[in-house]
Formats: sequence, structure tokens, C-alpha cells
Amino acid sequence: MLGGAVLALSVAAAMILGPADLGIGDVYAVVAQHLWGRPADIAPIDDGIVWELRLPRALLAAICGAGLGICGAILQSLMRNPLADPFMLGISSGASTGAVLVVVAGVGGALTLSGGAFVGAVIAFVLVLALAAVSGGGQDRVLLAGVAGTQLFSAATALVVFSSADAQQTRGVLFWLLGSLAGAGWSQVALCGFVCAACLAICWLQSDALDAFAFGRDAAAALGVSVRRVRIILLMTTALLTAVLVSAAGAIGFVGLVLPHAARMLVGPSHRRLLPVTAITGAVFLVWVDAAARTVFAPQELPVGVVTALVGVPIFMWLLARRRRIR
Amino acid sequence: MTGLLAAESVSWTAGGRLVIDGVSLAVADGETLGLLGPNGAGKSSLLRLLAGLRRADGGAVLLDGRPLADIRRRVVAQRIAVVEQQVSTDLDLTVEQIVQLGRIPHRGIWSGDTEADNRAVDRALEQTETTAMRDRDWRTLSGGEQQRVQIARALAQEPRELLLDEPTNHLDIRHQFELLALIRALPVTAVVTLHDLTLAALFCDGLVVLDKGRVVAAGTPAEVLTTELISSVYGVAARVISDGAGDGRPSIQLLPP
Repeated sequence: MLGGAVLALSVAAAMILGPADLGIGDVYAVVAQHLWGRPADIAPIDDGIVWELRLPRALLAAICGAGLGICGAILQSLMRNPLADPFMLGISSGASTGAVLVVVAGVGGALTLSGGAFVGAVIAFVLVLALAAVSGGGQDRVLLAGVAGTQLFSAATALVVFSSADAQQTRGVLFWLLGSLAGAGWSQVALCGFVCAACLAICWLQSDALDAFAFGRDAAAALGVSVRRVRIILLMTTALLTAVLVSAAGAIGFVGLVLPHAARMLVGPSHRRLLPVTAITGAVFLVWVDAAARTVFAPQELPVGVVTALVGVPIFMWLLARRRRIR
Repeated sequence: MTGLLAAESVSWTAGGRLVIDGVSLAVADGETLGLLGPNGAGKSSLLRLLAGLRRADGGAVLLDGRPLADIRRRVVAQRIAVVEQQVSTDLDLTVEQIVQLGRIPHRGIWSGDTEADNRAVDRALEQTETTAMRDRDWRTLSGGEQQRVQIARALAQEPRELLLDEPTNHLDIRHQFELLALIRALPVTAVVTLHDLTLAALFCDGLVVLDKGRVVAAGTPAEVLTTELISSVYGVAARVISDGAGDGRPSIQLLPP
């Protein structure tokens, strides 16, 4: 409840921040007009800024933060690796390869950048899992296969960019690769919001099974978990969610890695509480990060991935240092 | 006599090597059965097969006469609990949280911690004398305490069969004694892999000796632990003093080579 209130306030605050001089009253008037049809005396341009730009953008930031956080929490538990995150399965590099193939090389005909990213993400994920299965299927194998896949697709992306892109295109692609919520629209909010909610529900239903993985796969099986089935369900879910989010907002790093640790410190390792709390802290975090990304150097906008890394890396290093003290 | 948990000519291959080679055994209700054998004899593998954590390539493990492979994992976990040899975690789990994991097979996602769950957790903590440390981080405990907490977690499952893989590893003699006395006193059927022949003779009702994946001896400690067997399986000279430990239990004295 408290988390929900903080999230609502954060979204509201993010809508006030920005170059156009809009106060809380203006924002409220616009939202009230659209939601409850209450007539308001607002200039059409201000209405557009709030309703077509800032609100969908803040909501998409919240959805991406929540989704990436959940994916990170799931993968860290499933792989029993505190350093796992949604991009370790090669998903983000696959998405970038797909995106540059569409945008730069013109592959795929009618596919948009998002469509290309989605297809690339799914192909990379399937390839990584196939590689992991061929090499024995253990959890360290999945990680190694993920590293291999990431390297391969990064190289492929670089190859396409250097062989055929002009400077303008390269800049655009690079900006997208670092994560950007600038293109947020209502259709993306609806799609990502739906997928994110569905995936959160699926994962939450597996909370007990995820708890059971605390001492490894055999321990989980001995506690009655169908390890294979649960792993397949959760890996597919996180891959789908990551692919959808990456295709909407690019590769926003460090949210999935850092936020689950922060949430664990808040509420402990039990997934029934950890998953919802990770979702809300991730959402709040990314809303603020995106607000900072578009206002700090305004009118120049920073890729949101740059800010998450700038904030995330110090937190991450602190977590590492803390882990060492426990040992 | 047919046990409730039994293996019928079970074979299991790993990495092209036959690890378990046609093992049959039956565990009687309420007994404490010791699995003995040199390193690599297949004790741990057999224990995992009995727990249903690995699937036999030949033969079958039976629970109440039904093949274990046909029973849903969750239902198996309500009957059989496993304490593995060495486990670790990266998570900040308290003792209580770990013992609560044992309730997972008994509850659905929509039902939170019920009265029955709390009672089972409290009882398991009491039985293993870990109640005083219930709020401590598991990783800060000593090896013996960690092992006791894992047994508490297994007991919270309210199993009828408890399988333990070398629970006395890394414990000093007093803790080895306390742990095996605890297992013996518990109202469960226990299967324990052990290295120490003296401890096996003292605490087990029945013994099964494995060598190279086969059963080479089975019976009561007095029947199984003979000078000839110890010499042929372990390659060590020993003197067996029948009734040396009282109560019909032999004691074993190892001799210099």
C-alpha cells in the first residue's frame, strides 16, 4: 500500500518536472479532464505535453522498472547467482542486433525497430538456451552460454553498424541501445503494462517454488518442486517480458541487477513479498531516473541507461563489499 | 518383510559409468538404516535415487509398493524428506525461515502460514534444540548447528521417511553422537549414509554395505560387520568384538597395517 502511494506520487512528480512550466494544478486538471471528463481551461499544447508525452513516459518508466526488477529477482533465485540479471541470457544484445538489422541494414521489410528488437531478443534467448542444453544444462552452463551469446550478438551489431550505417543512424542506434523512454506512447504503455502484469502474476504464483531454490535444485526437488517445469515456465516468462520491455525502451541495464538486492534488504528473501516489493521499488526507481535523465541536461536528453549505470554501479559495488564482510 | 520404502534391482548410470548396479533393499517402518561403503561406492547416489531426486535407469524405487516415479513430486515431498551432505546459500536466511521451507510441500499459494504450519515449525525447532537460534542468520552458525537446522527443516516436512547423506561429516565426536542419537530417537524411518563403522554399529538397526555400486552385505550390525567384510570392502584389518558395545552390538577395533 505504502509502495503504491510512493509510486503514484513519483509518477505525479515526474509529470511536473520538465522544461515546459507546468504546475501540479495544471497536471491535475489535464488528468481529471481525460479520466473523468471534467472540463478544464488548459492550452492544447500543455494538454498534449502532459497527456501525450509525460504521463505515458512516466508510466512506461514505471512498467519497465517493475518488469526488469522482477526478471532480475527471478533469475537470481533460479540461477542461485546474485549477479544474474535479465540481460545475461543474451537477450539485450540479441535485441540490439535485431534492431540494427532492421534500422540500418533494412532487413525484415515492414518490421519496425521494436519488432526487430523483439525478434532478435527471442532468437538470442532460444540460441543461448539451446547452447546451454547442449553443454549439459547446469546453471553455470546457462550463464556461460549467456556470456557467449552476448559476445556473439554484440559483435554482429558492431559489424552491421560499421559496415552500413551513416553517422546519423549510428547515433540513433547507440542512443536506443543505452535505453530511452523518449518514444513512449499509450500503445506501448498498454502492451508493456499488460505483459508485465501477466508475467508478475505468473511469477508470483511460483513464489514458494522460488523460495525452495535457496539451497539448490536438488533441495527444491526434495521440497516437492517440479524443477524442470518451474525452470521452463520462469525462464520463458522472464525472456518474454525482457524482450517486450527491451523492444519498447531499449536495453536499460542495472535495474534488474541492483533492485532485487535492495528489495531483499527491505523485506527479506521470501518471494511472496519480494516480488511485489521489487516491482514497486523498480518502478519508483526508474520513474525518478528517467525524470533526471530528461531534465538534468535539458534540453539535451541523456539515455536513461547511462543514468541507471551511473547510479547502479556504486550501489552494486557497495553490495559486493557488503557480501565480502558476511563471509 | 517388505518395507514401505524399497529398491528393486535399481541401476543408475552417470557419465557412461554404472554407478548403481542392481541394488535391492527394503527399509522397515521406523528403523534406522545405515548405508556404508568406501568413497565412490554409490552411497549418495543410492540415497538420491531413494529420494526420487534421480530417476533409476533400471529397476524401480517403491514407496508403499508404488513406483516413486509415478508419484507427484509434491506428494513424495510430503512423505520423504532429504538432508543433503553440504548445502550452501547466498541468501540472508534466518533459521526460522529455513525451517519454514519444510512446509512448502504442505501448502498452496493462496494459503499463508496456517496454524498447522507454525506448529510443525515450532516442533521441529524443539526436536532439534534449535529454538534459541531461530532468528539467527543460518550462515553465521557452526557446521553442526547448520546441520541440525537442515534436519529441523526436514522434520517440518513431517516426513515418515528421512534420508540423510553423511550428516556427521565435519562434526566432532560429541556432535556426531548427539546427532545420531537424535535421528534414532525421531519417530521416523531413517536412511543414513555413514563412513564411521563404530557409529554405524552403535546407532543403526540395520546396515547395507555398498561396494562398486552393488550390495555386498545387509543385515543387523552384528551380521554385517565382520573382520572379513571390513577387510574385503575397505582393505583394512580390523578386530570385531561381538557385543563389544552391549545390547548385541559389535564394536570395531582397527589394527595397524
